[in-house]
Amino acid sequence: MRRLFYLLPLVVFMVLAGYFLVSLRPAHDVHELPSAMIEKPAPTFDLASLGDDKPLALDALKGHPFVINFFASWCVPCRVEHPLLMRLAQQDHLPLYGIAYKDKPADSARLLATFGDPYRQVGIDQDGRVGLNFGVYGVPETYVIDGTGIIRKRFVGPLTAETVEKELLPLLKQLGQS
Amino acid sequence: MRTWFLCALLLMASLSAHAVEPRERLADPALEARARTISSELRCLVCQNESIDESGADLAHDIRMFVRERLTAGDTDAQAMQAIVSRYGAFVLLKPPVERATYVLWYAPPALVLLGLIGTVIWLRRRQVVPADAAPLSPEETRRLDGLLRENDG
Repeated sequence: MRRLFYLLPLVVFMVLAGYFLVSLRPAHDVHELPSAMIEKPAPTFDLASLGDDKPLALDALKGHPFVINFFASWCVPCRVEHPLLMRLAQQDHLPLYGIAYKDKPADSARLLATFGDPYRQVGIDQDGRVGLNFGVYGVPETYVIDGTGIIRKRFVGPLTAETVEKELLPLLKQLGQS
Repeated sequence: MRTWFLCALLLMASLSAHAVEPRERLADPALEARARTISSELRCLVCQNESIDESGADLAHDIRMFVRERLTAGDTDAQAMQAIVSRYGAFVLLKPPVERATYVLWYAPPALVLLGLIGTVIWLRRRQVVPADAAPLSPEETRRLDGLLRENDG
């Protein structure tokens, strides 16, 4: 009994070490928050779209799984992920829709004219209300929504080739089949 | 250099003190007071250690406006708070709710203190038992002890 008592510091150390091992791994971002919206219906939206008469509305998108990417012309990480989005749209025919978050329409249009437009349609969310309803706390954020309008996954920050390969594309494939 | 630093610091302090901008305020003082209370309990998700009431971040402004809109529309405090939590998760609450996921957070520190107290009490009790009622020395023992002491002195 007494012996066991002396082992206590070791046990405490092991618990702490385990905790540090998990939370200090290089890929772990402490500022990345879990979304409260996962597995919940996407908040409905009906946005005027950029250079298009048809509004970007949630109800019109339902039926097939799709991806929504919140972006802005003032957002630097968005430019980092932009070439990847272009590749996804062209090679993988990703059903990608953009929402220009708190951005002037003219600026968004200039961005897409300069670097290319990976989106099938772009909604204008100038006051950020749709972003707020989604729980967006910084751009870029990317949401995968299934055919019934349920949010299945959120990516905070720029997408990388790795997350796309390992998470985004497999999830879309799975949603497309089910 | 140092003056610059001080200036920057003062500037930041003055900014954070006036995070709630005049144009955001509601005309009704009672409603505004409720909005202030709510926003001082919500975390700014950009800065993460400030409440949205103190934060100058753009998102904090949006959430402040959202809270005020909800209150004006007739929401109770709890409903307005819930509207934010359902969008951003329990992490936005600066004071986390007591629920199964947060039991460790809430109860582990008092439990550890209690454990320490119990340990201390047990330890103190054990220590006290020994000298309290030791039998007095017999005359024979006293003589031997005196003899030994004298030997040592000499």
